[in-house]
Amino acid sequence: MSEPADLVVVGAGPAGMAAAVTALAGGLRVVLVDSGPAVGGQFWRHPPEHARVAIPTGDLHHGLREYLALCAALSAGRAAGRLDLRLAHHVWSAVRDDEFAVHAADRREAPRERPVVLRAPRLLVATGAYDRQLPFPGWDLPGVLTIGGLQALLKGGGVAAGSRVALGGTGPFLLPVAAGLAARGIAVVTVCEAADPRAWLRHPGALLRNPGKWAEGAGYAAVLARHRVPVRPRTAITGAEGGERVTSVRIASLTSDGSPRPGTERRVEVDAVGVGWGFAPQLDLLLPFGCELTDSADGNAVVAVDDGQRTTVPGLYAAGEACGVGGAPLAVAEGRLAAESVLADSGAAPALSRKSLVRARATVARQRAFARAMSMAHPVPAAWSSWLTDETVVCRCEEVTAGAVRAACAEGGAHDHRQVKQLTRAGMGWCQGRMCGPAVHCLAAQKRAYVPAERLVATPVTLGALAQLDE
Amino acid sequence: MSEIVVDGEPLPFVEGQTVAAALVAAGRVAWRTTRVQHRPRGVFCGIGVCFDCLVRIEGTGGQRACLVQAVAGMTVTTGEHDDE
Ligand SMILES: Cc1cc2nc3c(=O)[nH]c(=O)nc-3n(C[C@H](O)[C@H](O)[C@H](O)COP(=O)(O)OP(=O)(O)OC[C@H]3O[C@@H](n4cnc5c(N)ncnc54)[C@H](O)[C@@H]3O)c2cc1C
Ligand code: FES
Repeated sequence: MSEPADLVVVGAGPAGMAAAVTALAGGLRVVLVDSGPAVGGQFWRHPPEHARVAIPTGDLHHGLREYLALCAALSAGRAAGRLDLRLAHHVWSAVRDDEFAVHAADRREAPRERPVVLRAPRLLVATGAYDRQLPFPGWDLPGVLTIGGLQALLKGGGVAAGSRVALGGTGPFLLPVAAGLAARGIAVVTVCEAADPRAWLRHPGALLRNPGKWAEGAGYAAVLARHRVPVRPRTAITGAEGGERVTSVRIASLTSDGSPRPGTERRVEVDAVGVGWGFAPQLDLLLPFGCELTDSADGNAVVAVDDGQRTTVPGLYAAGEACGVGGAPLAVAEGRLAAESVLADSGAAPALSRKSLVRARATVARQRAFARAMSMAHPVPAAWSSWLTDETVVCRCEEVTAGAVRAACAEGGAHDHRQVKQLTRAGMGWCQGRMCGPAVHCLAAQKRAYVPAERLVATPVTLGALAQLDE
Repeated sequence: MSEIVVDGEPLPFVEGQTVAAALVAAGRVAWRTTRVQHRPRGVFCGIGVCFDCLVRIEGTGGQRACLVQAVAGMTVTTGEHDDE
């Protein structure tokens, strides 16, 4: 694509794909950037195009019809010279002067990296989310992964991380991962769901209005029943043991506040573990713009958008999980609405028919209601920190323990994760608090929504690449 | 199957896998030790967020094994320290 672009979309997950396709349909020139080797994001994660025969993953996927339609539209856009698709490009910063400048490291030939600047008058951020983690004794043992990490290895590389796997945490995402592993012959020895499924009964409307979710859930339940995978409500993985690799987990029944019920703890032998407590939105590129945030029901701060997915910064749009965690169908619908706003704000005619637009709006409303109900039914257990011992590592990078974090709060007077960081270095390492941030936040400031720290760069870049940029 | 070279030893992988996927497929879940407590670490988040999986690739340190696609003949050095 030689002419200047009208729109840069960062993130080629369900939200970014739908946004790019809608903007292309409206006649815009689009740059679509993603750090991964293929489009699809987390939900539709696939091996790179050339590897799909060697690594078959079709059986692990849902909504593939929509994915294939979006892929076809993206291919057509590239063929017509209107879409510049940049895979394996990691965006590390985005700034605005007279237009948006998106700085990326081209890592197609990693470890070599080449700096790239992508410019357009409008920017749409669809960077998704990552697993929210709560530390527990032994969570840093090899073989303990995030639940999304297990899924990413399976969907992206066809690899199961173990042969006897325990899953734990909360939320419907436990089920597809359990079902995917079980279908590949892995023994899923237990699925510990901390929540009480009866909590859903308080939100009957959200369930009734989303029959698709029921169908998907029933599909997983059938697979799990066929493979005799036990799903245990109101239980949690409260510890893991092992040396060079995890060899067992401790699981316990939970009381209503989430503390382990005395006498219920037992040990289960495993060689891999997956844990996740919902997701934390990926706001790295958005925070430096100073766009307004809002609290979402799951305890995360998310970027605030209007009913057309506009942030409070002119020309900056957001779609998908960065605006609140709610699954792929919500992300797709938000992507479409965001692109419609881009079209309208650029003075272009709408791409969607009136009917499709109404449908996308209805999907967003319905799915957001579902997401809200989901986060109420699957909260982070209030007493989760009772699983921690003073020796439990909370910040994996700087190896800061729960004892040190507690001392920073009790004796050092720290009231949030930033102050804890200054006192203990928790959140100061390589991951910049992406893994420990929500947990440290809970330990220091239970009641408020989690706002991640602003990070200078969204991905580390070499000085060499920065130097090239100056030239 | 193609091979990468991990610490001097050939490691088979399926075209399309990341370096982390190749290691995990071979049964390895740890390939680094932490700076303070010297604890073993490997893949955790699988999507480039946690930096637990650092390796040296073709001599360049600080590479996330879960993000880098394995390429035949690629040399990978494990035991990467996180302060490099
Ligand atoms: C590891 C993981 C696995 C998941 N698996 C499933 C699943 O199997 N089933 C399910 O129902 N839900 C799954 N989810 C939930 C998932 O987040 C949503 O279902 C859905 O993918 C959200 O769509 P999205 O477009 O908002 O974001 P995503 O799908 O997360 O897409 C965001 C994209 O942005 C890219 N990106 C982010 N930051 C940058 C950057 N700085 N530079 C360049 N590119 C960037 C990412 O590579 C990614 O491709 C998973 C979540 C995670 C974290
Ligand atoms: S496993 Fe987390 S960055 Fe690679």
